[in-house]
Order: sequence, then C-alpha cells, then structure tokens
Amino acid sequence: MSSRFDASEASGLHDGGRPVLECRGLRKSFGSLVAVNGISFHISEGETYGLLGPNGAGKTTTISMVCGLLEQDEGEVLLDGTRFTPGSVKARAGLGLVPQELAVYPDLTARENLRFFARLYGLRGEDARRRIDEVLLLIGLTERADEVSKKYSGGMKRRLNVGIALLHRPRLLVLDEPTAGVDPQSRNAILEGVERLADEGVGILYTTHYMEEAERVCDRVGIVDAGEIKAEGTHRELVDIVGEFDQIQLTATGDLAAAVRALGEIGAVREASVRDGGIDLITVHAPDVLPDVFAKAAAANVLVRRVEVKEPNLEAVFLHLTGKALRD
Amino acid sequence: MRAALLIAWKDLRQRARDRSAPVMMLVPFVLAFIFSQIMGGIGSTGLRFALVDEDGGPVARVFVEEALAPIVDSGAVELTVAGSLREGRDLAESGDVSATFVIPPGFSDEVMSGREAWIDVVGNAGSPISTMAASSIAASFAGEVTTSQASMAAAASLGSLDPGRAAGMIERSSGMPDPISIVDVSATQKSLDQNTFFASGMAVFFLFFTVQAGTLGILSERREGTLSRLLAAPIPRWSILGGQLLSSFALGTFSVVVMIVSTSLLMGAEWGSPVGVGLLVTAGVMAATAMMYLIATFARTMEQAQNMQSAAALVLGMVGGALIPIAQAGGLIERVSLLTPHAWFLSGLSGLQGGGGAADILPDAAAILAFAAVAGVGIILRQGSLTRLARP
Ligand SMILES: Nc1ncnc2c1ncn2[C@@H]1O[C@H](COP(=O)(O)OP(=O)(O)OP(=O)(O)O)[C@@H](O)[C@H]1O
Ligand SMILES: [Mg+2]
Repeated sequence: MSSRFDASEASGLHDGGRPVLECRGLRKSFGSLVAVNGISFHISEGETYGLLGPNGAGKTTTISMVCGLLEQDEGEVLLDGTRFTPGSVKARAGLGLVPQELAVYPDLTARENLRFFARLYGLRGEDARRRIDEVLLLIGLTERADEVSKKYSGGMKRRLNVGIALLHRPRLLVLDEPTAGVDPQSRNAILEGVERLADEGVGILYTTHYMEEAERVCDRVGIVDAGEIKAEGTHRELVDIVGEFDQIQLTATGDLAAAVRALGEIGAVREASVRDGGIDLITVHAPDVLPDVFAKAAAANVLVRRVEVKEPNLEAVFLHLTGKALRD
Repeated sequence: MRAALLIAWKDLRQRARDRSAPVMMLVPFVLAFIFSQIMGGIGSTGLRFALVDEDGGPVARVFVEEALAPIVDSGAVELTVAGSLREGRDLAESGDVSATFVIPPGFSDEVMSGREAWIDVVGNAGSPISTMAASSIAASFAGEVTTSQASMAAAASLGSLDPGRAAGMIERSSGMPDPISIVDVSATQKSLDQNTFFASGMAVFFLFFTVQAGTLGILSERREGTLSRLLAAPIPRWSILGGQLLSSFALGTFSVVVMIVSTSLLMGAEWGSPVGVGLLVTAGVMAATAMMYLIATFARTMEQAQNMQSAAALVLGMVGGALIPIAQAGGLIERVSLLTPHAWFLSGLSGLQGGGGAADILPDAAAILAFAAVAGVGIILRQGSLTRLARP
C-alpha cells in the first residue's frame, strides 16, 4: 500500500509531466476476433485522456489490460514507468477502476461498500472513516449512506460506483463509461468530480461514446474504432483534421438511404450518413451547399423538418475518419 | 490472508442480510424432526412381530425369554402376544405385524423327547424382509435346540432326564455367546439410532446446499460486476478464492453446529464424542465446500452452477445414504456409497455412537478429507478459468 497520492505534490501540469500510464502496442484477440489491434497512448500526471469510440471499438478490452484484468497478447503496460502485469499486486494500489457495469454489492449499504473496499486497499481506522465520509460527500450520498444500495436510484448507484474507485486516492483513475444511463444531474456531478481530481494531479483514463463528455473533460482524446486509435490529440488538433469542413445535420423523414446516396454525389459533400431520424453531412462551407442539399432531398422524396449547421466537432472528426456515426 | 478474511467477512455480512437464510438453516432440523416423528410410530427398525404360544411348555418359555426378549428390549423389535392362532394369523395377514411366531402345541414335549419340532412363522406378504428376519430368529433357535438335543440325548442315554433339567440345558446353551442371529446383527453392525440417523443424515445432506451460496462466489461477483474490482485491487488472486472458501466453510460449520445443538436438545439425538464429532464435521464441511466449489467452476452462469450443484448434492446425498440408510443394505450399493463423503461421515458418526472415540474414526475423517483434497486440487487446476472470464 505504498504510493498514496498526495495532492500537495500535484503539479497540475501535464505537458512534459511524468507519464502515469503508458501503453505500447497493446493487442488482444478473442478467438478470431481482434478486439484491440495495436493501441498505444500515454497519460501524464493530472492529464485526462479520453478513448472515444462506438460500441465494440475495444475500449473496455483496452482498459482491462491496463488494469491487469486481462493479459494482453502483445504489447506492454507501464504504470509509473514500471512494467505492469496481472501478477503485479503492489502496483495496483496506485490504480482506481470504475467498471463500465455497476460494480457494487447490492445487499450492502453505500458505507459498507466503501468500507470493504477501503480496507481492501489497506485503509484503516480513523483514516478510513474520514476518507469514507469525504467520498460520501463528494458523491452526494452522505444522507443515504446507510441504506442498502439496491434501493438506490440508477444515478445514485452510478455515483457510488465512481466513489469506490476514489477511496484510496489512486494516481491513475480509469473510468469506463461512468455516465452510461445516468440522469443529467448525476452526470454533471460525476464530470465535476473527474475535473476536480484532474486538478489534484490524478491521471485519468476516460472512455465514452458521448462526444460532448470527451470534449468537456478530456485534455487529449484518442478516437478508437475497430481496435485501433484512428487519431489522437487535443480537441483543437482533432478538429483541425476535419479542417475547413462543416457539419450539417438534417432532421428528416422519408427514404433516408436514397437521399444519402443522392447527397453524396454533391461535390462539396465529403461524408453523408443516415442517423436516427435524419442525415449527417460533412461538407466544405455549408452555406454554399445548402440549396443543393434541399433540392436533392426533395428529389429523393425526403421531407426535411430541421437543419442545423455545426462547427466541426469530434463527432464530425469521427465521421470523417471512419465514415460512421459515433452512436448507432 | 487479511484480504481473504475481509472478503469472507463481507460475504457473510451479505448472507446475513438475506432474509431466507435463517429459514434455510431451519429446514434440515424440521425435516429430521418430522421424519423421526413419522418413523417413531413404527419402531426403530420397523419390525413388529406377534407370538402365539400354544405350547406353554418350558422350551417355549426359553424361546420367548432367551431369543425374543433381548431383541425386544433392544428396541429392535416390537412384540405382540396373541391369544389364539386365529388372532396371530389375522395380525400378520392384516399387516399389523410383519410376522407371527407360532409355537405349536406339544412343542416342548417333542423337543425334550428328542423328536423333530418346529416353530412356525406366518409372514405378511407385504413384508418379505421382516418375515425373513423372523424365520431366521426361529431357525437359529431351532439350530440351538438341535445342539441341545444332542447333549440331552447323551444325558438321556445315561439316565432319565426330567423336563426341568432339559429346559435348563437348552437355556444354558442359548445363553452362551453362540449367536441368535438377529440380536447379533444389531449388536455388532454399526448403525445409528433412528433419531441420530435423521439428524446427522439431514445435517450432512443440507450441508452441501448450505455451502452453495459461498461457492458461487466468483460467479456472483462476476454477476455483480465486482469481480473486476477485486481483480484490480492490490490483493493476490488466491485471496479472492480463499475468502470465498472461508465464508462457505464458516457458513457450513455454523449450519451443522445448529443441527447438532438443536437435534441433541429437541430430538434426543446422540452425536457422540465432541472431539470426534468436531473432526468429522470439520472434514465434512471442507469436503462439501471444495466439492461444490469445484462444480461451480464448470458453470458459466450462477443459475447453471446452482442447478449443477443441487443435482450433485442430491445424488451424493441419496447414494451416500443421508436420506435412506443405504449403507446398511450391503453389497454393491454399500460399496458405491463409499464414493461419497456422506457415507463416511455417517459411518464415522455411528462409530462414535457405538462408544468410539476420536481415534476410532480417523479412517473415516481421513476418507472425507481425501474428497476435500481431490476437489481442492481440481479447484486449483480450474482457477485460471474462473478469473479469465472477468470483464470490467
Ligand atoms: N471476453 C470476451 N470474449 C469474446 N469477445 C469479447 C470479449 N470481450 C470483448 N469481446 C469483443 O471484443 C470487442 C471489443 O469489445 P469491448 O467491450 O472492448 O468494446 P467497447 O469499446 O468497450 O464497447 P462498448 O462501448 O459497447 O462498451 C467486441 O466485439 C466484443 O464482442
Ligand atoms: Mg465497453
């Protein structure tokens, strides 16, 4: 139980800070399926790194290898510069994991859940009690701490799920879609918590398929698809990949597939894809293209109800890189 | 070790929250109690005989006092004295008794004058085994009578033999250690008294179900998603397994102790030497935990594991004679039953009940521990596959 993180030592800087985590060429197959196909990235102290990708992209598999739950077929994981394997017991003390699926004991109260894991991480006595109270406050469960957790709302369970990973003040916090299926209020609480920890110098690995979350909390984002990082960088850097392109979102009804084929023929349109209840387009300078878009849509018997023109964002980047929408 | 204890403690705490737990603890006692009540009305071996004495002579009295009285006193047989042949036959035919001994008129005279004499046995058609038991009692007495007749013949050849002396000779010869078969059987074959049999049979039968909850450990942690948390924590892998085995062991031991205390106090069960019982229980719980855990490693889901375990617990319990005293059936069934820890547990207990001490049941305890050891090795071999499936 050595390296407990001390906030006062935090630099808050990550550029050039020591890497807390480094992954080199991670590869993992399940039978013939290559789930992770050579993923490399690093996270510095106080830095929040996002893995943004659709379902099945390989985010959870990557995280499992980072946390030593799965052994990689190839590649290596360095925690604080030291090689990390499923056999490294001590090194795990510096690691906090928020699993994608809820991972709390439903028959125990929030406090009992926290106490069990606090002890597992070697916290004891007054130290543990104080830390548990702090975490309860942080996740806003102080008042209901002594109710069995199966009686909590989904959002409360999610917050407890995050809280457990914070108890031992890890140097690296790994969150696997911590906000999945959460109400806006709980989501905001979780995101604020993540931001605060990053300020304290904790390195954070954050996976999500919500583009807005990645944009908000991550310093750098790796865009994952089919087990590979397609692009990586700060928000700005990524958006620059799409460069001068704009995104047009149409809310429409009718034969959307036919319309997409027609719209794809417009010279300025780089990408066209069907989204739930509409069509996404990536184009050069949207205002010039719009009249054409309307004309083609009408010709394809598609009724356009709403048009939105957006500055390029990560979603557009993803679409550009993979030709797919981030969410199905 | 600390982590294993923490995990065990957490498991037990969760189990304690489960409202059905105390009820489940009571089930084996309630069943043992009900069985002992039902069977109590029939008598311990279920043997009920009737006697018709149409002779009334001294040799008939010897048969009653020397051959029948001891087995009646031992509780193995219940004896009804019928007033007439008619009544005796009716009792057997209606099934009120399984067999009736009929001592025909002139029996004593025939015996003493060295002629062939016999005791008739009227059996109930539905109770062939009991009828056979009755016949063997009669036959073994007849055997002695023949021996005595030989010596009486010798005596007679030397001079006259008065009836009193002749009966005395027969009495002496039957008083000798020479067997009257059924009495001998119940005296030397190890068997538990009925209440203790139901108490211990139910205890060991349900033990295999009680330990289930803990042995589902990895699967249940996986279902709750908490397995990935445990795997990511700075604790050795074995401590997860160790913690779960520990909580199973504690729960199993507790359930058997509850059974021992409640059946001793409320059913008059006699478990025997505490050290010996402690040894058997410890070994039994270890075997149950390890075997059930091993079975769970072959399942992918909790439901699957529960089904597999329940089936195994049921079959082992049946074959092992925890529900029906199969071990006394002898032959193939008895030999097969030795493939279960249940049979060894029960045989150890009957050894204790026969007055044996801890040292006498060491072979039984060792056999049970062998089951635990084999299953333990199996678990270690399978452990990899338990955690490999872990997904955060
Ligand atoms: N234990 C496993 N056995 C077989 N296939 C697996 C296993 N774990 C993951 N996979 C497969 O590997 C691929 C990547 O899965 P992974 O869970 O890493 O995706 P993800 O990016 O986390 O997706 P999501 O956003 O849905 O959580 C998927 O096709 C999945 O079916
Ligand atoms: Mg995932």
